Amino acid sequence: MSDVEYEPVIGLEIHVQLSTKTKMFCGCALAFGEPPNSLTCPVCLGLPGTLPLANERAIHFGLMIGLALESELAPRSIFHRKNYFYPDLPKGYQISQYDEPLCKGGRLGDVRIHRVHLEDDAAKLVHAGSSGRIHGSDASVVDFNRGGTPLAEIVTEPDVRSAAQAREWLTLLRTTLRRLGVSDVNMEEGSLRCDANISIRPVGSATLGTKTELKNMNSFRFLERGVNAEISRQEALLRAGEVVTLETLHFDPTTESITSLRSKEQAHDYRYFPEPDLVPIAITSEMLQAAREAMPELPAAREQRFAELGLNHGSARQLAWRTELGDFFEAALAADGAQATREPQPLANWVCNELVGLIGEADPTTTKLQPSALGQLVALVGQKTVTPANAKRVLERLVSDGGDPAQIVDAEGLGSIGGDDTLEPIVDAALAANADAAEKIMAGNMKAIGAIIGHVMRETKGRADGGEVTRIVRERLGL
Amino acid sequence: MSTDLTELTASQAVAAIERGETDATELFEAYRAAAQADELNAYLWVADAAPGEPPPAGAPLAGVPLAVKDLFCTEGVPSQAGSKIIEGYRPPYTATVVAKLAQAGAPLLGKTNQDEFAMGSSNENSAYGPVLNPWDRTRVPGGSSGGSAAAVAAGSAPWALGTDTGGSIRQPAALCGIVGLKPTYGAVSRYGMIAFASSLDQAGPLTRDVADAALLLRHMVGHDARDSTSVGFPGEIATPSAERLDGIRLGVPEELTGEGSGVEAGVMDAFNATLQLAQELGATVESCHLPHAPHALSAYYVLAPAEASSNLARYDGVRYGKRITGGGGLPEMYTRTRSEGFGAEVKRRIMLGTYSLSSGYYDAYYGRAQRVRTKIAEDFHAAFDAFDFVVTPTAPSVAFGLGTKTADPLAMYLNDYCTVPMSLAGIPAISIPNGLSEGLPTAFQLAGPAFSENRILDAASALQTAIGFDGSAGRTR
Repeated sequence: MSDVEYEPVIGLEIHVQLSTKTKMFCGCALAFGEPPNSLTCPVCLGLPGTLPLANERAIHFGLMIGLALESELAPRSIFHRKNYFYPDLPKGYQISQYDEPLCKGGRLGDVRIHRVHLEDDAAKLVHAGSSGRIHGSDASVVDFNRGGTPLAEIVTEPDVRSAAQAREWLTLLRTTLRRLGVSDVNMEEGSLRCDANISIRPVGSATLGTKTELKNMNSFRFLERGVNAEISRQEALLRAGEVVTLETLHFDPTTESITSLRSKEQAHDYRYFPEPDLVPIAITSEMLQAAREAMPELPAAREQRFAELGLNHGSARQLAWRTELGDFFEAALAADGAQATREPQPLANWVCNELVGLIGEADPTTTKLQPSALGQLVALVGQKTVTPANAKRVLERLVSDGGDPAQIVDAEGLGSIGGDDTLEPIVDAALAANADAAEKIMAGNMKAIGAIIGHVMRETKGRADGGEVTRIVRERLGL
Repeated sequence: MSTDLTELTASQAVAAIERGETDATELFEAYRAAAQADELNAYLWVADAAPGEPPPAGAPLAGVPLAVKDLFCTEGVPSQAGSKIIEGYRPPYTATVVAKLAQAGAPLLGKTNQDEFAMGSSNENSAYGPVLNPWDRTRVPGGSSGGSAAAVAAGSAPWALGTDTGGSIRQPAALCGIVGLKPTYGAVSRYGMIAFASSLDQAGPLTRDVADAALLLRHMVGHDARDSTSVGFPGEIATPSAERLDGIRLGVPEELTGEGSGVEAGVMDAFNATLQLAQELGATVESCHLPHAPHALSAYYVLAPAEASSNLARYDGVRYGKRITGGGGLPEMYTRTRSEGFGAEVKRRIMLGTYSLSSGYYDAYYGRAQRVRTKIAEDFHAAFDAFDFVVTPTAPSVAFGLGTKTADPLAMYLNDYCTVPMSLAGIPAISIPNGLSEGLPTAFQLAGPAFSENRILDAASALQTAIGFDGSAGRTR
C-alpha cells in the first residue's frame, strides 16, 4: 500500500458577513467595537413573541454574489430553521436556507459552486478562564451585537485538489466579494470564514474517500497550513492501514494541531423545517434588474482588460485581484496633468513592487500618497530626472507625508546628474581611484564596473544614472 | 347610572360613554373590581389602577377595558404564557394587536390564565392552576384561552383577546357560552404573541355577542410591518346587520357531524335545531364533504408540535426566565431548566415535534402532515364552490368535569375535532352560543373562505338573534 499516490479532494464552505447597515432579521445597526449588547433589540435577542423580517439589502447582496458566481438565481427560495441549542443562539435555531437556497450552481475560476444561501450569524461568546474555549471555562458571557449579522454561505463543489489551490481560489473569491462591495471580507476579523471538507483518494480513483470537516482556519496562511496538516494526517492513517472517520475537526492555529470537535455519532440532527415566520423570498424582475445594475467589473474581466492594456500576466493579476491596488493604478494612469506617466507597465511595476513593498497589505488610499503623485514620480523616472533608487526615497516621503514629487526631488537635491558635463569629471576621478577595476574592465571583465559605479554613486549621493555612468566609462576606456 | 355597568356589552358600553352616561374611568373601575373579585382563577394579573389618561379623543373603543390572554406581550406587565419557565417575565415591548387596541381606546384590564403555551383544551395545563367554568365551577372552561372565555362569560371583562391555533378561541367560547372568532390567518399581526405554532396561531376576539366581536376585530386587523406573514384585511370589518339568511347555502360536513365524529347527542340536537332556524331565515342546508377532515387532528398533532418544539427552544435558561443550575455544565443547566420549567403537556409536544422533525422521520411525519394540510385546504376550497359556509357544532360536548380527561391526552385532543380543520386551512370561523344541553352551553360554528369575516359575522348575527341565547346565567363570577 505504501507506494500508493494519494490526491486530496477538497470542497470549501465560506461564510461571508454581509456589510449591510442593519442585521439580517431586525433593524439593529451593525458595527464593530460598540459596548457589548448595545446593538440589540427584542428580535435579535430572540425575546418571546418576536418575529424576523428579512433584510432586503442582504437579499440584494445575495443576488449580486449569485450573479458574480454565475449561479442560477431561484425565483422563489425559502428560509428554514436549523435547530440546535447553544448560548450564542438566542432562539434555539438559526434561520438559514436548506433545500431551496437563493442561488444554485455556478462557477468561479476553476471551481464550481454548489450553492449560495443566506442566514443569520450567531452571537459572540467570551469565555472567562484559561482555556479560552467553552470547555473548562469558569464562566461565559454572550455579546449579542454580532448576533443576527447577515451571512452568505457559499458552498463549492469538491473541485479543489491542493491546499495551495484552496488558498489561491479563496483569494480570488475574496477579491470578487470585495469588488462587489458586499462584505469587508476580512478573515482575521471573521467577516470571511472558511471551512474545508477534505478527503483523499488514490490517484485515478473515481470514488471519494471519507471526508472530514476542518473548521477555524482564520487566515489564508492557516487555511493552507490546516488543509495540508489534515491531508497529511489522513494520508498517514491510510498508509498505516487505518481508516479516516467522518468527523468535524478543529484547527488550532497556535499549535497547528487538529483535534476532534465531534464524531458522526455526536453530529447534530438539525431538524430543518421551513421557517413559518417568514414568507418565501420571491425574486421580482425589479430585484434582478437592481442586482444586475449594481454589478461592477469583476476581477477576471478586469485582469483581461489590464492584459489588453499591455500589462504582463503577473501585474495584471495582482492589480485585478487586489481591488484597491487596481483602483489606485487606474486612478494614477488617468490622473490629470501632463506630468503624469501614460505608460501602464512601468506604473504597474511601481504599484506592484515598490508601493506594495512599502505598505504591504494596506490600502494605498489610506496613505498620504496621491495617485497623480505616483504617476508623476514614475514619469520623472522615465525621463531619467530621478534615478530609481532616489525615486524610492521620494515614494517613502509621498507615502508618509504626501506632496509633489518634483518639488521633493528639487528640495532634497535628488535630481539625476547627467545629460551635461557634470558627470564626466566624477567618472574620470573614479577611474583614477580604481585603476585595478579599470584594467579588469579593459581586459573584458565587465563585472568590475560595479566598483566604478559604486564610487560615482557615493560621490553623487545616488543621483547618477547607472546606465549613463557605464556609457561614459566605455567611452573613456575606448571600449 | 344605576344599573351594573358590567351588564353592558362592550358595544353598549361604548355607546353609554359616548352619550355621557358613564365615563371610561368609572367603567374601568367597575371591571377592575370585578376582575379582582374573580373566583374562577381567570386572571393572572389585574391592573392596579385605571389608566391615568382618558382614551384618545374620538377613540372608537371609548375606553372600554380589555382582558388579554397571558401570552400577548405587554410592556412591563407579566407575560408568562401560562408557564413557570417565564414566571414573572415582563417584556420590554407590547404586542402589535394589544397596542392597536389600546390606541383605539381599549386599555389593558388584566392578563388572563391559559393553558401553558396555549397547549390544551381545558385550561388544566396552566402552570398557575386551572380556570373554572362560570356555568359550573366543577367543570373546565375549555382552552387554551380559558381565562379569557371565563372572564367574558362571567362578566369580569367586557371582552377579551385570545389566540386560536387549533380551536383555542372557539372551543372555550363554546364551553363558556360566548362568541369567539378565529380570523383568517394573516389578518391580525402575530408580533408579540408568544408563539405556539407559528403557521397556525391567530389572535381573535372573545365577546358576549357578535356585534362586539365585529367591533373588536375591526381594530385588530391590518398589515403589520413587523410580521411578514401578516397580510392585513381587504376593506373594513363592518357592524353586522343581517336579520335574514336568504340565499345563504350552508354545508354540513358529514365527516365532522356524522357517525364517528363523536359529537354527543345533546350538542347535536341543539345543532340540528339551529339548522332548522337557519332554513326558516331563508338559508338552504345540505350535507357536504371534507374528505380529508378526519385526518386533520393527526396532521395537526404532527405540525403544531413540530413548530412548537422549535419555538420553545429559546426557553433555555440563558437570557431570561427560569434558570436552574446545580452542578454540571451547560447541558445539565439546559436539561434541569427545561425539565422543571415546562409542564407535562408541553414536554409531551416538544418530544412529539422533535421526533417528527428528526432525520429519517421528517418525510413520514412532517412532510406527510403538510400534504394532508394542503388536501384539507383544497377540501374547503371545493366546498366553498357550492356553499357559503361550512357549519358544525364547535365542540363535541358541553363543558366536562375538571380532571376527567387529564389522564387521556387523546380524548382531550378530540375536543378540537371540529375546529382544527379550519385552522389548518387558515380560514376564518366563528363560534356562537347555541342553547343549552344539560344546563350547559353548546355552540354553533360557521366557517367561510379566507377574508369572509364580514359575511360570517352577518350570518352569525342573524342566527344569534334567532337562537336568542341568554348568557346571564353564566355571569356568576
